[in-house]
Amino acid sequence: MQHKQADSDNSDLMPSAGVPADVAPHGHDRPEAAHGLTADADADLSDWQRVAVMDEFKKLVAAKRRFIIPATIFFIVYYFALPVLVGYAPKLMERRVFGVVNLAYLFALSQFFMAWLIAALYVRAAGRFDEMARSIISRLSKGGEN
Amino acid sequence: MSASLVMFLAFIAVTLWITWWAARKNTGSSAYFAAGRSLRAWQNGIAVAGDYMSAASFLGIAGIIAFQGYDGFMYSVGWLVAYLTVLLIVAEPLRNAGKYTMADVLAYRLSPRPVRAMGALSTLTVSTFYMIAQMVGAGALVSLLLRDTGISFSAAVISIGILMIVYVVFGGMLATTWVQIIKAILLMSGTILLSLLVLAHFGFSFGSFFEAIAHVTYHDAQGNPVTQNFLQPGLRYKPPYGALDLISLGLALIFGTAGLPHILVRFYTVPDAKTARVSVVWAMVIIGSFYILTTFLGFGAATIVGRDFIAKNGGTNMSAPLLAQALAGDLFFAFISAIAFATILAVVAGLTISASTSFAHDFWANVLKHGKGTALGEEVRVARVTAFVVGAVSILIAILLGPDANVAFLVALAFAVAASANLPVIVLSLFWRRFNTRGAVAGLATGLVSSLALILISPGIMKSNAIFPLENPGIVSIPLGFIGAFIGTLSGCEPRAEEKFTELSVRATTGLGAEKAVSH
Repeated sequence: MQHKQADSDNSDLMPSAGVPADVAPHGHDRPEAAHGLTADADADLSDWQRVAVMDEFKKLVAAKRRFIIPATIFFIVYYFALPVLVGYAPKLMERRVFGVVNLAYLFALSQFFMAWLIAALYVRAAGRFDEMARSIISRLSKGGEN
Repeated sequence: MSASLVMFLAFIAVTLWITWWAARKNTGSSAYFAAGRSLRAWQNGIAVAGDYMSAASFLGIAGIIAFQGYDGFMYSVGWLVAYLTVLLIVAEPLRNAGKYTMADVLAYRLSPRPVRAMGALSTLTVSTFYMIAQMVGAGALVSLLLRDTGISFSAAVISIGILMIVYVVFGGMLATTWVQIIKAILLMSGTILLSLLVLAHFGFSFGSFFEAIAHVTYHDAQGNPVTQNFLQPGLRYKPPYGALDLISLGLALIFGTAGLPHILVRFYTVPDAKTARVSVVWAMVIIGSFYILTTFLGFGAATIVGRDFIAKNGGTNMSAPLLAQALAGDLFFAFISAIAFATILAVVAGLTISASTSFAHDFWANVLKHGKGTALGEEVRVARVTAFVVGAVSILIAILLGPDANVAFLVALAFAVAASANLPVIVLSLFWRRFNTRGAVAGLATGLVSSLALILISPGIMKSNAIFPLENPGIVSIPLGFIGAFIGTLSGCEPRAEEKFTELSVRATTGLGAEKAVSH
């Protein structure tokens, strides 16, 4: 359910000067008339709080964490392995692999492909997150039968 | 040299025309500051790439590789991998929660006046640092190009500063974005062409190219010939502190990008979080390809031109243009120089706009004027005045630094400041419920002060008497920024900030209530 923005007094708690408020209001709005409220809304919860307790929202947060945390740890470890090895194991990194091309150069080059691969995997996973977010918002505008 | 002059003037005329065209379409704050939030993913992606591939990338990295080989390539790697931090952690939540600036996100949960004041200060600092590097590159370039006319480094820097002010004052974000797109395309084509010419020079044989890199000959400071394998790490970062310095540089690059105001502001120019994400991916493809090609620019300059010649003809920052001259003559040299010039002009315009937006929106409208009582259009007017001031300050410092500082090195310092001051507070405010106003102010202050102080006592400024042994302060100042934010947070309790965390996290995760595109 979308709250009405009838009065301008409390429509934006973080106003930007000289600009008409074109961002959704933060925090509570004037409540709907009593007969228009669902049981949830009658309990005087804002949209934000109602979303925050939805199972679907918790699932979305968990799904995002399951991807983002391991991916972040992986890329940070993979990336810092390069300066650490180059700095502390120079003999190993100077080993030649193809002709004069050494391990240090090949490892540096592989970082580019690692970054592209993780970006591609993330875009694929994020399609699923978008789907979940859309379904949460649509439930909200139907009155949140949660 | 007249061909180069003609090419310059042609490019400047075209971009000014775009500025004029965009100026007629500017119809309010959202249009001026955020291009009406109407950009498409590919447009924004190319613009992000354009903002990022500054003089530091084209002139600076090529220069470090040409002089110190493999160690310079480490800059290229860090600059791309950094985009994973942007993509995975900050781009989408920021788009969903913000309005125009980084401080908007902080002010969302926290007490607005102190965090906006600190946020504006750190944005101005990072942008000015970044801009000084661009000005140094531009000055060196223009004085090399027009050396027959006897133009000085200072005069070159001043004339570029004036052009930049014209861009920003009249064009705003939409014009800057289009200039950025055109420049990114030109820069990519120039780099591909140059790389092909390098390969052609070696008969399209990677074998003989790498063989040449492994045996580069130059003269050291005493004038003795030295033959060096340029693929070998450690030519720049030598013991005892070289390894730590490499890690410090890596930290600054990986965590600094996600705190750069002129990159963050780009995510407010698109209609939604999904477009923000896709534009990061576009940017990563372009930026990654570009940085792989720096192998050819840098090592090409090292093997074909040689560092002896570069050192006598404009210095480290001129490696890529001199490579063009060696491979295909004066006309191609002029073309590559015009691209480098365009690159600098466009990046400087992007930097100025983010700095002036932050000052006008965060400091003027929300701190000084308490978020009300400014007349329509006043914010835009203040932003224009700020652009003049920021431009003047960086012109001055660039002239003081002179043409010899490597621009990639200078820009990495801006990354270190951004990583130490901005990134800790952005991440903590998005993901830590307990985070509060004291934490944000303390984190911004410790990050900013410690990184600046360490730079001042580093070898880059104090040369051989340096108190702090590392070139880049990241490894010390980034943890300090986080510690400052933690201690500040734990010293106080702010129930309102914790309450608003629910709202912010719902908003950042689902995009509920995010600002939509404005048609214009």
